[in-house]
Amino acid sequence: MIDLDSFHELLQTLLRNKTRSFLTGFGVFWGVFMLIALIGGGDGMKEMLNSNFEGFATNSALIFEQPTTKPYHGFRKGRMWSLNTGDIERLRQQVPQLDVISPMASKWGVQAVNGDHKFNSNVKGELPDYARVEAPKIFYGRFLNEMDIAQQRKVCVIGKKVYKTLFPNGGDPCGQLVRLDSAYYSVIGVDYGGGNMNVNGSAEESVVVPLSLMQRAFNMGDRIDLIAITARPGVAMSDITPQIREVVARAHDVDPTDEKAVTVFNTEVLFGLLDNLFHGVDLLIWLVGIGTLLAGAIGVSNIMMVTVKERTTEIGIRRAIGATPRTILAQIISESILLTSVAGLSGILFAVLILQMMELGFTEDGIVTAHFQVGFWTAIGAAALLAALGVLAGLAPAARAMSIKPVDAMREE
Amino acid sequence: MIQLKGIHKTYFGAQPLHVLKGIDLDIAEGELVSIMGASGSGKSTLLNILGILDDYDEGDYYLAGTLIKHLSETRAADYRNRMIGFIFQSFNLIAFKTAVENVELPLFYQGVGRRKRHQLAMEELEKMGLTDWATHYPNEMSGGQRQRVAIARALVTHPKIILADEPTGALDSKTGVEVMQLLKKLNSEERITTIIVTHDPNVAAQTNRIIRIKDGVIEE
Repeated sequence: MIDLDSFHELLQTLLRNKTRSFLTGFGVFWGVFMLIALIGGGDGMKEMLNSNFEGFATNSALIFEQPTTKPYHGFRKGRMWSLNTGDIERLRQQVPQLDVISPMASKWGVQAVNGDHKFNSNVKGELPDYARVEAPKIFYGRFLNEMDIAQQRKVCVIGKKVYKTLFPNGGDPCGQLVRLDSAYYSVIGVDYGGGNMNVNGSAEESVVVPLSLMQRAFNMGDRIDLIAITARPGVAMSDITPQIREVVARAHDVDPTDEKAVTVFNTEVLFGLLDNLFHGVDLLIWLVGIGTLLAGAIGVSNIMMVTVKERTTEIGIRRAIGATPRTILAQIISESILLTSVAGLSGILFAVLILQMMELGFTEDGIVTAHFQVGFWTAIGAAALLAALGVLAGLAPAARAMSIKPVDAMREE
Repeated sequence: MIQLKGIHKTYFGAQPLHVLKGIDLDIAEGELVSIMGASGSGKSTLLNILGILDDYDEGDYYLAGTLIKHLSETRAADYRNRMIGFIFQSFNLIAFKTAVENVELPLFYQGVGRRKRHQLAMEELEKMGLTDWATHYPNEMSGGQRQRVAIARALVTHPKIILADEPTGALDSKTGVEVMQLLKKLNSEERITTIIVTHDPNVAAQTNRIIRIKDGVIEE
């Protein structure tokens, strides 16, 4: 049925009433544009949000101390206490469900100096396995390793902002010395990790040194500020939280039910919340997009109905001189498909164009930070959806056109 | 060419209307006949049945030896296309198609190729003396010219019969005469069986035979 002649027929009828065809098509155009743009925009936003948690282990938790809120063992409430290195070993032995147990000590507002360049940084004392909780994006050099710890090497890994400020000329800073307070540390790596989920200050503004070194350099004793943990696969962090709290609390004479004193900040909950949010947004996008598209298709159906009514005589004449009902059916449905697909494909094209421009706007250093563009198959799916909608939109008008008898048409005069 | 035997037709509406009450009619090949009758006499219904535009309830209708009875829409469309050429009072040309495209249309439904179609349509228009008007739209032509385009469209498939419904009804007397002369010429030169439905005695007088119909029966 699709040959040049039929196509010519279709064009002729559609172009006969250009304004109407255009306005009708616009409904579909806008529907598809909305759908694609929303899908792409939603994905982009999702990625941007997700990038805040980039590199962070999902089944993880952070344990840190706060003043007690319950009296225990003769101590009043409101007492300050502190985590220490011993908690690591206790947790390792008494909570076997944990995978990584990595402590961190930190000090705010330490000036990092390289020659004339100064940067007010956060110094964090970490162990190499901290990389398994919050993955660093090593740009130059490497992260801390076991040898750094064992030999108490005076080394540091610097964040992106620290690097840009202290080494404005760029280049690999590894091997150069950076002064923190009164001691010099040799740079072994640059971390470009820029997630917005920060543990004790942004990774970009941090200087990471070996934990034991930091405890000595800053007179911290065996005190640590925070323990980052991840659960073994298949273990829900929320299930073992009470156990963890109890292990830590007992050693420090803190009430094991004091959720405030031993705060276990569970990222699982956070990620779950985020997931729900994304699902909600997705649902909204599909609802609005499909709704708009449907409204457009119904518009097409409506106008086709009017067109058929208007063309009763013409269709009657065609029937009288030999058009079969099938020919008429095919013609009306093809008109509908042509109208919806031309309008719809332009909608897809326009949406892809806009998304591409947004993607360009979110490109930093030639690296795309958020992908707004929809996938190839999404576009194909939208096109298939359009064709289906075109058929559906054409059905009712076509049925009406089929029911026109040549005799009736002649009487219409 | 045409054989009608005891044709009955009733329209079932709120009040059943018995329009044709046993029509017997024979029209030989090459005849030029007219059907006359007052309005409401059933002549339009008869024409619709002859043109396979409508079905009938009782009797038999043979067109060129083929029984035309209770056909499917598709078969009916096919027979209409190949055997019958229609000429209407109001021309019934498609307004957004040029003269030659209008003439091509029946061939399009036969599945004739574009070039062949165009050639046949142009030949037909040439016979009507409308070669120069081929690319004009119906509203750029006079009534007489439009009716000649319609005649060309009816003839392009070389039908067995021509059915003309008040072919001069919408024309002034002078063009009306011209169109009648054209139909007569086609009948005498190409031996096409032609049936003209009219209520104009002058038109009827120019045909070989007049069939008068009154209250659903033929009165000779």
